[in-house]
Amino acid sequence: MPDQNLTGTRSTAPVAEVAQAEAGPPPGKPRSLWSDAWSDLRRKPSFLIAAAMILVLIVIAAFPGLFTSASPRDADLSGAFLRSPELTKFFSPEWFGYDSQGRSVYARVIYGTRASIVIGVSVTVIVLFVGSLVGMIAGYFGGWVDAVVSRIVDTFMGIPFLLGAMVILVSFDVRGKLVITLALAVLGWTTIARVMRGSVISVKQADYVQAARSLGAGTWRILLRHVLPNAMAPVIVVAMVALGGYISAEATLSYLGIGLADPAMSWGSDINTGKDQIRVALHVLIFPSIMLSGTILAFLMMGDAVRDALDPKLR
Amino acid sequence: MADTTREPILEVRNLVKHFPLTQGIVFRRQVGAVRAVDDISFTLYPGETLGIVGESGCGKSTVAKLLMNLERATAGEIFYKGEDISKLSGRALKAVRRNIQMVFQDPYTSLNPRMTVGDIIGEPFDIHPEAAPKGDKQARVRELLDVVGLNPEYINRYPHQFSGGQRQRIGIARGLALNPEIIICDEPVSALDVSVQAQVINLMEKLQDEFGLSYLFIAHDLSIVRHISDRVGVMYLGKMVEIGSDAAIYDHPTHPYTQALLSAVPLPDPDAREGRERIILTGDVPSPANPPSGCRFRTRCWKAQDRCAEELPLLAVPQRYADADTAVAHDSACHFAEEKPQVTHA
Ligand SMILES: Nc1ncnc2c1ncn2[C@@H]1O[C@H](COP(=O)(O)OP(=O)(O)OP(=O)(O)O)[C@@H](O)[C@H]1O
Ligand code: SF4
Ligand SMILES: [Mg+2]
Repeated sequence: MPDQNLTGTRSTAPVAEVAQAEAGPPPGKPRSLWSDAWSDLRRKPSFLIAAAMILVLIVIAAFPGLFTSASPRDADLSGAFLRSPELTKFFSPEWFGYDSQGRSVYARVIYGTRASIVIGVSVTVIVLFVGSLVGMIAGYFGGWVDAVVSRIVDTFMGIPFLLGAMVILVSFDVRGKLVITLALAVLGWTTIARVMRGSVISVKQADYVQAARSLGAGTWRILLRHVLPNAMAPVIVVAMVALGGYISAEATLSYLGIGLADPAMSWGSDINTGKDQIRVALHVLIFPSIMLSGTILAFLMMGDAVRDALDPKLR
Repeated sequence: MADTTREPILEVRNLVKHFPLTQGIVFRRQVGAVRAVDDISFTLYPGETLGIVGESGCGKSTVAKLLMNLERATAGEIFYKGEDISKLSGRALKAVRRNIQMVFQDPYTSLNPRMTVGDIIGEPFDIHPEAAPKGDKQARVRELLDVVGLNPEYINRYPHQFSGGQRQRIGIARGLALNPEIIICDEPVSALDVSVQAQVINLMEKLQDEFGLSYLFIAHDLSIVRHISDRVGVMYLGKMVEIGSDAAIYDHPTHPYTQALLSAVPLPDPDAREGRERIILTGDVPSPANPPSGCRFRTRCWKAQDRCAEELPLLAVPQRYADADTAVAHDSACHFAEEKPQVTHA
């Protein structure tokens, strides 16, 4: 995909001007739809906020040690059970208070980030790959391939997402990140496949695909150079929104006790711990909840902003 | 100019394309067929332009797609220099494609929006490495841009930075890249402003002279093809109803449908307009899935008789003109083919 100019500036010559003079103005910088979208996005506060939040979350997930010196597992030996937050002590272990086992809530929130981000991103990557491939094949080749794939997709779509995940996870004794990721991916790929199929069906009828065929282009060239780049935009938007959904699903499963559990750390299981002391120590519940909602919100906002920027009807 | 004494470069014989109408999703049953192209024959000579004219839905684009092998013919043959190309596939088909290229109707959808102009015009060389220029591919692309009247410096731009007319020039440059002998033009200017239409048609004529191209030029009204065509074929509901030289179709049309089309063409000369009779066709075009028996035009023809419903008129020189030595002696598929001077001149 020609995105060498992703950081390029918007050419100053408007299209209308090009249209008048057949001889044309001096050549400007090349622009693609992606670079147009990018220059739109850069000016959008909601995109910038979402991008900043996601960036910070990724750094936290990768290097939690940079953000706190406290251990998320060891109890504070000074007997800090359920001690209230000290909101002015920024970034200190006491910042968000302590939980019922004397562990720093701040440290747990920081270390819990990784599970959410890793599971959310991995599920999205798998789902994008599998769903796009299946959707593309069904949409492009049509016929009985499409009929079979569509029935499978419909069948999966009929399974309630969380219920399905619970059924799958209960059958495992040990439920680590990998198992949860795979369970969510197995149930999630159909959404992407369906969007991709529709997108490919509309793109494959475009004259430029016919033009490539009439030049003698092979199936792979047509799929990779013509169909995929043009069918990708709606899929990417759906995937970004879905990423928020996967993070929320992981948290829900962990909250219900069939996702990650001690010693693994997850906001969902911490929220579960916190709910028992909700009257005495609200902070144990509140801080992981805020982190969880903030993270989901960031991905939803990002998906929304990208959707607007890529929507050809708005340009 | 066309040389009709030579061998045809393209010969279409009894071409048929039926699109099946199906029901059911997993187990499909055929419940009928859209008879988009139904037994059409014509020839194209080297260096000539054959215009194909007809109302929307009469099967023009389907003919183009069949010639390009974008759709498989239900029956019939397409001979390119004597070889039937309608059943080719794989490498043999790919080789033939180099010689027959297409310019599409809509310049807004015929160029991949995610590719630069350089990549679009250069793609034919990637697909046919044997036809690629020996040296610099970029240089050849710039040259092609120049040939179609675009600034070669535009090579790194994207299609949406161009106007409709400029895009169509890009499409033409892509069609020229492999040095084809035949270019199928499916309504190449109907999506453009009238002022730009003439520019693009002039360019196509210039290129024809320069490279000795043969054109199959599709349009939905007779006035556009008049300027560029040597011969014209008129289609109605999947059939060719009349075909002949420029003079035959424009000055001596004998098929009622052609006469009706011609009577609707605006005339620049007010004196000529005076004595002309305007034929207004009533009724809708019937569905190609369920065409009328006999002559397909009979539901809208003012001359229709019982015979028209029973007997399919063949495309041939009408009996009454068989011995005429003017342009009036040309193929017309009507039982009662006859000139009607009121529609052409006063
Ligand atoms: N893939 C297809 N499947 C089913 N029917 C089709 C298909 N393609 C075309 N048709 C039908 O075949 C008929 C002829 O279509 P075609 O596109 O060739 O017409 P056309 O003369 O090019 O019209 P226009 O001037 O609108 O471009 C139409 O009735 C159309 O609905
Ligand atoms: S054959 Fe009959 S219906 Fe058909 S065009 Fe001639 S007169 Fe009209
Ligand atoms: Mg058409």
